Parts: sequence; C-alpha cells; structure tokens
Amino acid sequence: MSPIVKKVAQLMVGIIFMYGIYIIVHGHLTPGGGFAGGAVISGAFILLVLAFGSNVMNLKSREEGSSVVESVAILFFLLLAVLAFFIGTTIFFSNYLPKGNIGELISAGVIPLYNIAVGVEVAAALFTIFLALVIYKEEIST
Amino acid sequence: MELILSILLLFMIAGALYALFAKDLLSALIACGIVGYGLVICFLLLKAPDLAIVQIVVESITLIIMVAVVLDSTREDLKETIVLKEKGVSYINAKYVFNVLTVIVLALFFLFFFNQAIDKLEPLGQHVTRMSSAYIEHAAEKTGSANLVTGVIFDFRGYDTLGEITILFTAVVGVLTILRLKGRK
Amino acid sequence: MIVYILCFILFQVGLFGILTSRNIIKIVIGLSFMEFSVYLFLVLIGYIENASAPILTGNPAQTNFVDPLPQAMVLTAIVIGLATKGMLLTMAIRIYKKFGTFDIRKVTSLKG
Repeated sequence: MSPIVKKVAQLMVGIIFMYGIYIIVHGHLTPGGGFAGGAVISGAFILLVLAFGSNVMNLKSREEGSSVVESVAILFFLLLAVLAFFIGTTIFFSNYLPKGNIGELISAGVIPLYNIAVGVEVAAALFTIFLALVIYKEEIST
Repeated sequence: MELILSILLLFMIAGALYALFAKDLLSALIACGIVGYGLVICFLLLKAPDLAIVQIVVESITLIIMVAVVLDSTREDLKETIVLKEKGVSYINAKYVFNVLTVIVLALFFLFFFNQAIDKLEPLGQHVTRMSSAYIEHAAEKTGSANLVTGVIFDFRGYDTLGEITILFTAVVGVLTILRLKGRK
Repeated sequence: MIVYILCFILFQVGLFGILTSRNIIKIVIGLSFMEFSVYLFLVLIGYIENASAPILTGNPAQTNFVDPLPQAMVLTAIVIGLATKGMLLTMAIRIYKKFGTFDIRKVTSLKG
C-alpha cells in the first residue's frame, strides 16, 4: 500500500482499539458488550494487516499467538463459571460477587469479567480466521 | 413505523434478487452488503442498539473475508437456462427443472406453516411480554446490570453464551485444520 | 402484518438462491439471506410501540421496555452465523484449489 494509507492506518488503529475496549468495559451500562467490542478490536488488527502487507514468517507467529490467546480466554470464561460452585452458592453461572449500585462502572458482579473474557475470545477468533486465510493465499502464490 | 420498515424491506429484497442474478461475483457480494446494512437500519428503528453495533461490524468483516476469497478466482457466475444447446441439438436441462420444482414444493411447505403461525401473532408493536416480564422486573436487583440484554445473556441464559463461544472455538479449529498445507513437525 | 410477509419473502429468496445456483459463493450468499430474515423476524416479534430500548437509565417512571429476550438470542445467533460462514468459505477455497472451479456440478471425484 502507499505511504498515505500506511500513515492513516497508523493514526486510526489506536482510536479504533480504544473504542473497542470502551465498548467491552462499558458493556453492562451502555449498548454493546463482549461480542460487539471483540469484533471492533479484531477489525483494528485486520486493518493493520491489510495496510502493512504480509510477511509470511511474521504472520505465522502472530497466528499461533492469537490462537493461544483464544484458548486461554475460553478457559478463563469456564473458570469464572465453575468458580460459582466453590464461592457462595452452588449454582452454575450464579452471580457471586457483590452487585454494587446500578449505573456505576464497577457493579453488576461477575458480568464485566464475563464481558472481558468473551471480548478477548471473539477478537482472537475472528483475527485467527482472517490470518489463516491470508497465510494460505501467500503460501499458494509462492 | 410499519411503512418505513416495509420500504426498507422492499429495498433489501431487491438487493437480494440482484445478488442472486448478478453476472460478476464481486457485484453479487456488494449487493449482499445492501441487505446486511439495511438490516442494521431496521435494528436501529426497532430499538435494538446492541444488535446494530454487532451487525455492522460483523457485516464488514464478512465482506472483507468474502472479497478475499473471490478476488483471485475467475469471478464469473455460471448461468443456467431451461433449454440447453449442444452441437446444434437443443434439449431440456433436467437438473435445473428438478431444482426449480424442489424450490416450489419447499416454498409451499413453508407457506403452509407460515400461514398457520401468522394467525397466532400479534400485529406489529402490540407484543405482550409473557416470559420476559419477569426478566424486566427483576433484572435490576438480580443482576445489577443496567443493560438488560447483557443481563439476560450472561446471567439468566449463561448456558447459551457458553455454547455459543464453544461453537466459535470449534469453527476456528476447523478453519485452521482445513487450511493447513504442510504438516507441522 | 405486511412486514412479516415481506420477511417471509426474503426467506424464500434465500431458499431459491441456495437450491438453484451452481456457484458455491452464491450458495453462501443465499444462506446469509435466510439468516438475515430470521434475525429480523425474531426482533420484529419483540417490538413494542412507543417503548424504549432495554437499558435502565435511572429514571423510575420508565417501565415500558422492548422485549430483551429475542434480542439476546439474535445477538448470539449473529456471531454463530459469522463462524459458520467462515467455515463454509474455507471449504469453498479448498474446493477451488483442488478442482479449479466453484461449480458444484464439477465436484464429482467421489462419484464412483
């Protein structure tokens, strides 16, 4: 891509990334949540790959890293759900942390933690699918 | 409200028909984008901002992936006609006729059930909340979340979300398995 | 009531696309039309006239909300649809590499 596209992508990626994190963290107060924010963050990564071209060896390590992040996120989600057996009640998926006041950022018990886990999971999953396609096309053409 | 939604849906149906009959695959994908982004406006009109955010991002990513798949191929659609001509002899394309007949039978099948279901539905905008009225009343003190949709997803119906991210994980593993060219050492 | 019927017509258009086209990409497009019509139908059922979006704003007089249950179901369904669409597209790209075409009539190597 031309230097103009690269520069604009550099300037925009930080803002898009921050917007995605905002959507994830405020998921229990405003519209949005883990799914939407994760998709926005993966869009920021895809923009970087599209603008700066592809170097196969570099992308392969990225792919392994993102698939590991995805697996860790899904384990974290399960761990949060199973922890309810040991803390407080004995109900799967129960909300065992204190609720706090409605409308504040730190409230709603476990729900923000679930949001963060699902956001990381969705972002890593979409980015891994895209990277697998890009690596495949690079390997075909060489 | 119903009028605006009907006009939007007519646009979406026109875009869908164009996408199915376009000659170039790339223009078919652009027309598929008409339907997806029209759906975003419908969600905004129907007071569902969460869905609108998710749908607009997911539609963009899907279009990028589809264009990446289509761009290196021959890109032309394969037209089918009822009458085939080969070496000066014209005969009827039996496979295509069979497919169209299947479509008609299945369409009548779905129409029968839709006709039965539409009598039970309330008209648009007069929905009576039976089950979710409990969710709406007790969501505030039971989950502490101001966004009711997030409360329903992660608290009342946590199993749904667990199954959903399991499917996402399985799809990623499947994609990595299918697209691997050389075996790993 | 006419909105439900238009939704049903969009579903039938997707069905027509799936069953009559020979191109794999067109089949994926038809599948996504069917998905879109089902999402819209579920959200239309939960819509209430003059109600607000299901987000508590701290105003106690506000008790009239749109039904949040169909919206939660559609939210999970959208992401599942994206995952299945990615899976179908990777299968299509492998078929294109092996047979050199997207035509499903030419994919006959298992046929005796």
